[in-house]
Amino acid sequence: MNLSARTEEKVMFDHIASMLRTYEKKRENLMAILQEIQGKYGYVAPPALQMVAKHLGLSSCEVYGVATFYNQFRFNPPGKHQIRVCLGTACHVRGGDIILENFERKLEIKAGETTPDREFSIDRVACVGCCALAPVAIVDDTVYGHMAPSKVEGVILGFEIEKERKEREKQDSESQE
Amino acid sequence: MNLKSKETLIDVFASIKTEAEKRFGKIKGDSNQNIFIGMATCGLASGAIEVKRAFEEALAEQKINARVISVGCLGHCYAEPLVIIDKPGFPPILYHNVTPGKANLLVKAFLRGDDPVFEHVLGAMEENELIPTVMEFPRFNQEKRVVMGKCGLIDPEDIYQYIAQGGYSALAKALTLDPEQIIFEVLESGLRGRGGAGFLTGKKWQFVEDAEEKGKFVICNADEGDPGAYMDRAILESNPHQVIEGIAICAYAVGAKRAIVYVRAEYPLAVKIVQKAIEQARELGLLGKGILETQFDLDVTVFQGSGAFVCGEETALIRSIQGQRGMPQPRPPYPAQTGLWGKPTVINNVKTLASIPPIIEKGGKWLKGIGTKKSPGTAIFSVVGNIVHAGLVEIPMGVTLRSLVFDICGGVPNQKRFKAVQIGGPSGGCLPEQFLDTPIDFDSLTEAGAMMGSGGMVVMDENACMIDVARYFLDFTQHESCGKCTFCRIGTKHLLDTLERITKGKGRDGDIELLEDLSIDIKEGSLCGLGKTAPNPVLTTIEYFRDEYEAHIQEKRCPAMMCRELTAYYIDLDKCARGCDACVGSCPTESIFTTRDRKKAIDQTLCVKCGECMTACPSEYDAVRKVSPPELAPKIARPEEG
Repeated sequence: MNLSARTEEKVMFDHIASMLRTYEKKRENLMAILQEIQGKYGYVAPPALQMVAKHLGLSSCEVYGVATFYNQFRFNPPGKHQIRVCLGTACHVRGGDIILENFERKLEIKAGETTPDREFSIDRVACVGCCALAPVAIVDDTVYGHMAPSKVEGVILGFEIEKERKEREKQDSESQE
Repeated sequence: MNLKSKETLIDVFASIKTEAEKRFGKIKGDSNQNIFIGMATCGLASGAIEVKRAFEEALAEQKINARVISVGCLGHCYAEPLVIIDKPGFPPILYHNVTPGKANLLVKAFLRGDDPVFEHVLGAMEENELIPTVMEFPRFNQEKRVVMGKCGLIDPEDIYQYIAQGGYSALAKALTLDPEQIIFEVLESGLRGRGGAGFLTGKKWQFVEDAEEKGKFVICNADEGDPGAYMDRAILESNPHQVIEGIAICAYAVGAKRAIVYVRAEYPLAVKIVQKAIEQARELGLLGKGILETQFDLDVTVFQGSGAFVCGEETALIRSIQGQRGMPQPRPPYPAQTGLWGKPTVINNVKTLASIPPIIEKGGKWLKGIGTKKSPGTAIFSVVGNIVHAGLVEIPMGVTLRSLVFDICGGVPNQKRFKAVQIGGPSGGCLPEQFLDTPIDFDSLTEAGAMMGSGGMVVMDENACMIDVARYFLDFTQHESCGKCTFCRIGTKHLLDTLERITKGKGRDGDIELLEDLSIDIKEGSLCGLGKTAPNPVLTTIEYFRDEYEAHIQEKRCPAMMCRELTAYYIDLDKCARGCDACVGSCPTESIFTTRDRKKAIDQTLCVKCGECMTACPSEYDAVRKVSPPELAPKIARPEEG
């Protein structure tokens, strides 16, 4: 882990500590706390689980047990671009698994993982409720309906081009200075 | 209730209603032109945001004064984005599959000129002499909308629109009645819980009303985890107030002061809209302390479910609200006696609660007149899969599957043959063609081996492999099993392993019997609905499609050519055009190579069987073939380099 990522984490834990103080020490707040952490940072880091346990006076295995029970929480940081492939019934019948496989092959990671450069992460979701557009993939906040293996490449290529363009602009502005 | 407070209540509500009509009249009545755009999740996914922007830009550019209003979901997902344009002098007209380009055209031709652009019209929403109405289509006129009546026609984020269309008057009426009278009406209507099990709603309420204990709860179950069903989401996103009104009536009838709407966190838009709706209702005094200046208080909050299918089960749902692992508990005691925090609790599905306001308004007898004797009212299905007019359909109970699939939803596309319909999600079953004349109601479906469930319906054509479908559902239930009961936890894993083996061509003699035995054991050895129904997809597919299982096990062949280990693609060299390379770029694994005579062939070791080459091959050549078992594909060696 590089230095900036480490300071980032420290800032996150400080934030979580101050956020915890706004919650009463009641067990019923557990889900709300976990949801707030997940919503804000995209994942619940294992040390954060311990902080929550300490705050609520629960054992950390109890908190871990609850957090791992629910699909909503992830425990490793997500990629900058989150790819979620729907594998609901309608998407399955129309070949959602082939779409997932294409993302996995293209990015060389499995569902639930993040690329080493933390650019992309892939998750499988059980139904996002747009069954009429199956198969569906959601990248960040954009829903892509009627996906096809060839579209997968296009989606990723789009992000890569965008990233290169930004880098070039950055370089240009630096060289101008 | 004494006479005086009854009068104040009526006065208070009348003044709210007048205000609503005044505001809504401003939108509807005068010479303004209105554009209604469906902006629920499915509309957004089809590009409703771009369409809305295009309308706004075109209006600004043309300097036309018209209002653009976001509404919810009409249920016609196949035609999204849907737009209704209401222009004085014309009936409200429904346009389908609207793109930014079409939006631009509509503004110029219809709003500026007076040409409704007939080629893009789906139909008019009202009777008129100019344009045929949508009611002439079976997709519209065979529906009966009780719950979804206002969905897609009002702005879900504006409470006044709901009130102006008759909303909350059922609550005002209910508050003048005794709780017993309300429960009597609900009992009389024969309404059965729409969550799947079909328990009598009135009975449930009665139990809670009878309980002496204070601090009762009402929970609205919107933890719609069933993959392939999304009607609860659509209702909450399109007309949240009807649900809230139902909750308030229920709370008044059973004597609860707190209510919770349990929504999946995977539905961010629904969460947002419900929260806003609760706030608006509170501002108008329709929720909170002293509702409509009576003695009745009700506090409604939203709880976000964290994505566990089993939490749709009522005891698991309660535990998850209490901050525990969502594991079901043995019943009795039922939540009606000991529910959330040990208090008597009513848990009803979104659709059940949304059915309440019309019942109170029109009386229990009215609902009894719709549907069948034992299952009165309507059923909402999300019909998806291989179907022409996919979307949400609300029909009276008792309509046959055949008329739902073929008459209302337009049948199977691409001239394929209908094979089966899967009803009730992971707990339901696959019904083949001979069951198409089964009427849709709680008892007939259970008898056929499926179940009403939450109303997911997936239509499958001849290309769907039934074993793969069973495997898919087992994969889901196995993953979602909470782990409490051994049979459910280990049994479903075993079922899944066996099914996987079969789909990979490694099935053995006796596998079918093993699946059957195991299924029966799991059903008997599980506590909650998840385990009790998890084997249903396996049992129904074995019963109705046994020959497919046999083909997989004995001949290592997938008749539907869906199981990837048992199929292969190859290129017919007699048909392949020399020099054409349309398929090469489409292959994600670069498995297509050029043969010595400059035709194409597939390297079977690299092929992932995605089928892209088949789509890419120009129809005049049509050279790509799919076969099962894979040995049927001719072996063509890659020519040596150089």
